[in-house]
Amino acid sequence: MIETRGLRKSFRSRAGRETKTVDAVRGVNLEVAEGEIFGFLGPNGAGKTTTLRMLATLIEPDGGDATIAGADLRKDPAEVRRRIGYVPQGGSTWDESTAREELVLHARMYGIGKADAQRRAARALDAFQLTEYADRKCKTYSGGQRRRVEIALGIIHEPKIVFLDEPTTGLDPQSRAHMWDEIRRLRSDGMTVFITTHYLDEADALCDRIAIMDNGEIVAEGTPGELKREISGDVVLVGLDLAATPQAAQSLDGEAYVNKLETVDEGGLRLYVDEGATAIPQVLRRLDHAGLELRSIELHRPSLDDVFLTKTGRSLRES
Amino acid sequence: MKFARDTWLIFQRQTQLLLRNPVWVFVGVFQPVMYLLLFAPLLKPALNAPTQAAAYKIFVPGLLVLLAIFGGLFQGFGLIAELRAGVIERSRVTPISRLALLLGRSLRDVVSLLVQAVIITLLALLFDLRVFIGDLLLAYLLLALIALMTSAVSYGVALKVKSEDALAPLMNTVAQPVLLLSGILLPLTFAPGWLQGIANWNPFSWAVDGTRALFAGDLGSDRVWQGLTITAVLAALGVYWAARQFARSVR
Repeated sequence: MIETRGLRKSFRSRAGRETKTVDAVRGVNLEVAEGEIFGFLGPNGAGKTTTLRMLATLIEPDGGDATIAGADLRKDPAEVRRRIGYVPQGGSTWDESTAREELVLHARMYGIGKADAQRRAARALDAFQLTEYADRKCKTYSGGQRRRVEIALGIIHEPKIVFLDEPTTGLDPQSRAHMWDEIRRLRSDGMTVFITTHYLDEADALCDRIAIMDNGEIVAEGTPGELKREISGDVVLVGLDLAATPQAAQSLDGEAYVNKLETVDEGGLRLYVDEGATAIPQVLRRLDHAGLELRSIELHRPSLDDVFLTKTGRSLRES
Repeated sequence: MKFARDTWLIFQRQTQLLLRNPVWVFVGVFQPVMYLLLFAPLLKPALNAPTQAAAYKIFVPGLLVLLAIFGGLFQGFGLIAELRAGVIERSRVTPISRLALLLGRSLRDVVSLLVQAVIITLLALLFDLRVFIGDLLLAYLLLALIALMTSAVSYGVALKVKSEDALAPLMNTVAQPVLLLSGILLPLTFAPGWLQGIANWNPFSWAVDGTRALFAGDLGSDRVWQGLTITAVLAALGVYWAARQFARSVR
């Protein structure tokens, strides 16, 4: 659905007298399959939005090219526009207009006739549960309602792909969960969804595949599961009394499934294993055999933050 | 065809939003009426005009050009608000004509200026201003071209500077010398030679002279076709430039 080859963009910024060139995007190669939710994960300033804006024809790339829904981004941006929807980060509705007016206008900007535009608007309002507020001015909407109007605007012409730039930023947890459902619904309607996010849990829970972006480059790409498996196995935390720890370490060290073993200062062990689910019963058996009493046992699976940490040396939460 | 439809779409939307806020309609008419009532009476003695009607023949065209210039130049503020709300970006991802995005807005400004102009002309009739309808329509055309140019330029500049804080001083700095050097409030026939020399380089000065000639019923005056030509060329350039700003990246 989307294929990019070496997409690049730099900006010139002026600080005092010096002009500096900032390479916002340094050669992005991507492939997004039809019907998937593809997530672009990375800290603020990583180049996610710049890439998205290039793909949405809003800024021209300095280099590279892309094919979007079968149309060539460089040669035929007008055709790309017809085939995509785009929902910008900072909102796209006008305070003094109503949701219905915005939807009808937006549909008509795609060349859709008036009657058809009105039908589509009514259908979209219904689908996004906005009918009740349809004829109120946008300035009276809550954050979640307004975001739903904006998503509805982005798909009013039934595009093959919709780009959502940080769709849940600034929403409360409930609206956020609601928005995730809406996004999944778009996928089940057959649309390809391309989102950017800096939330780890969002990328993990919502996206079929993600690309992690840092400093203008893609540092990792795959399904959330693949990425997490790729970096390391699971970690099993065994809680023990301080007195029992050395003996437990002795009996578990050298077991085939334990890749690495560390003792915890307050008592207990940290075991690095490939597959936590199969390791835990064996650990339990072993300790029981040695007559050691267990205080607790926990399984830690690596998070996308761990992936980000191994790829960039920084934690996403810190950057 | 698509272009005309797109322009009409934007024009409709902008007009609808303008009418939804009647305060602006009121302000737009109130200010010029104040000029007409509170400033114009000073003119008969000041201009040494034989009658009040003669003074109005000089003042009213100037006032209308003033409205066209200022009304246009300050339209960019609305666009900056739209830019901030994301409405422009949203429009730019659709296949709508970029020229239509500009022209739909500017034509709304032209129409609202013409409404103001008609109201002022009608009021001036009460003060014994008399002008031939054909001459008046041609004067309106000239005013429409001025407003088209100034509003397009204002939109283009707004897209470039993207902030009210930069647009306001910029437009004031442009507007003030333009105003003073165009003989809008008082004709430059009273000006010393050097001042007239500079004013000759001000296109708005030609537009004002042209409008005055039309109000005076002097259709054959060179000033009329000169004013129309200069303004039409500048309006075309302004629209071309501003439409390019709409097509280029806006951030």
